[in-house]
Amino acid sequence: MSIPIANAVRDIPRSGIRDFFEVVQTMGDVISLGIGEPDFATPWHIREAAIYSLEKGRTGYSSNLGLPRLRRAAADYVHQHFGVRYEALSEVLVSVGVSEAIDIALRAMLNPGDEVLYHEPCYVSYAPSIVLAGGVARAIPTRAEDHFALQAADLEKAITPRTKVLMLNYPNNPTGATMPPEELEKIAAVCVKHDLVVMTDEIYSELTYDGGTHHCIAALPGMKERTVLLHGVSKAFAMTGWRIGFVCAPQELIEAMMKIHQYAILCAPVMGQEAAIEALERGQLSMQNMRREYELRRNYIVRSLNDLGLECFKPRGAFYVFPKITSTGLSSREFSLRLLREKKVAVVPGTAFGPSGEGHVRCSYATALDQIKIAMERIAEFCEELPAGKAAAA
Amino acid sequence: MEALIDLLQKNALTPREDIARMLDMTVEQVDAAIARLEHEGIILGYQAIINREKWDTDVVTAVIEVKITPERDGGFDRIAARIAKFEEVQTCYLMSGGYDLLIVVEAKSLRGVAAFVAEKLSTIEAVQATATHFRLKTYKENGAFHQIDLAPERLAVSP
Repeated sequence: MSIPIANAVRDIPRSGIRDFFEVVQTMGDVISLGIGEPDFATPWHIREAAIYSLEKGRTGYSSNLGLPRLRRAAADYVHQHFGVRYEALSEVLVSVGVSEAIDIALRAMLNPGDEVLYHEPCYVSYAPSIVLAGGVARAIPTRAEDHFALQAADLEKAITPRTKVLMLNYPNNPTGATMPPEELEKIAAVCVKHDLVVMTDEIYSELTYDGGTHHCIAALPGMKERTVLLHGVSKAFAMTGWRIGFVCAPQELIEAMMKIHQYAILCAPVMGQEAAIEALERGQLSMQNMRREYELRRNYIVRSLNDLGLECFKPRGAFYVFPKITSTGLSSREFSLRLLREKKVAVVPGTAFGPSGEGHVRCSYATALDQIKIAMERIAEFCEELPAGKAAAA
Repeated sequence: MEALIDLLQKNALTPREDIARMLDMTVEQVDAAIARLEHEGIILGYQAIINREKWDTDVVTAVIEVKITPERDGGFDRIAARIAKFEEVQTCYLMSGGYDLLIVVEAKSLRGVAAFVAEKLSTIEAVQATATHFRLKTYKENGAFHQIDLAPERLAVSP
């Protein structure tokens, strides 16, 4: 028999990262800068807390919204680090990573035909999640010369009477961009003026470098009531596989999201929730140690890429760099495929993050320095072997 | 400076060129900073961490608690220095609590440690008592793991 597949699902493309991953899988000895997760294992004290909870037999369901202690820890954490106060028991929901939170927040807010704006290049799930929730996904391209920060003027131009939500993601995957506070204030003002909800994925917020602080849009005047703040423990605490995220939002929306969450998911895995409590309450030192390590690698990789003529601004967040590869005369996809085949280095073509990623590739520096070093040597060889005059490899 | 010390503490053999790239400095600046740290006595030396299960396996390591009578002039310092100067003594700390000095001693054999304690350490007038503990196995030393496999498995490409 032919299995029916819903049109909406048939029509959305598979993740470009997934396609690339399958090519990489068939090869051995690949150095991968394609990984969007920390290379550190979860800090031991966090793993140990989870083991303790298992020993205690804490293996059942939690409340749909998540363990009350975790919601309190999350609310306190957000207050301390983002400067916004949420009511732990009514304005916080624990989700299966930020990915689930994006999905249920969109489904809870959108009616068919409602438009959602997002800046591009961006994380691979945004547009599909919007479409699957019945919305219309509209990308606002960001530019390398703005260091990929969304410009309030571009936002304002993109707004139509159907626009309901703006999705933000700073520090940004795949560019490592952060949002200058003055531009963020302008964006907040546009959102207030046009009565938009802002859904802000701040999963990389702790990974802000050069001693900078992260600025949360919910903390700006008039924004808390219209902001869906998405955060979690995956990136900062190296806990991707635990699948714990959380949403802070007005109670009305949390209630609506809870309806979907309780029927689709029931609750986030309880051992992950136990581990997340430890991370939020006592994870700062481990996080700072990892952050320090990322910052050193960022410095290394940015200088190395620029030395090769692959122009790259120094991003202030996350653990990605997004160098421009147009000096090689190759497209993003050609560059990535040939680099993989010829030199066994995996990077992700910028186009996997939307058409405006063309001309760039994403390199993750959540990889040990010795690996990054070999990767840079191989990329140098690759650029040198390209037809003369293409790459400015010094 | 803190980041530089951190890097050297983790791996003193990190090439200067790599350190420069990581710290956004020039190689000359890194060389100068390290020279200054050495000159000021902040960096006292560089050593390899040896896995004794694989090399020189006969070496015996003992941790010895030492109770001493402090002197009227100089307190513990003079006695501690006197003990620390024996070449068997690798480490010597002044401790709070039930004893005064904690020393780590290395010798070629059990007998070597025994001879050190009986003939050198205990015969110092200010030493009142000693308690010697022998190392059986090392799991972690100066931040380096000896046996435990820590590498996590990861996918090659992920979002």
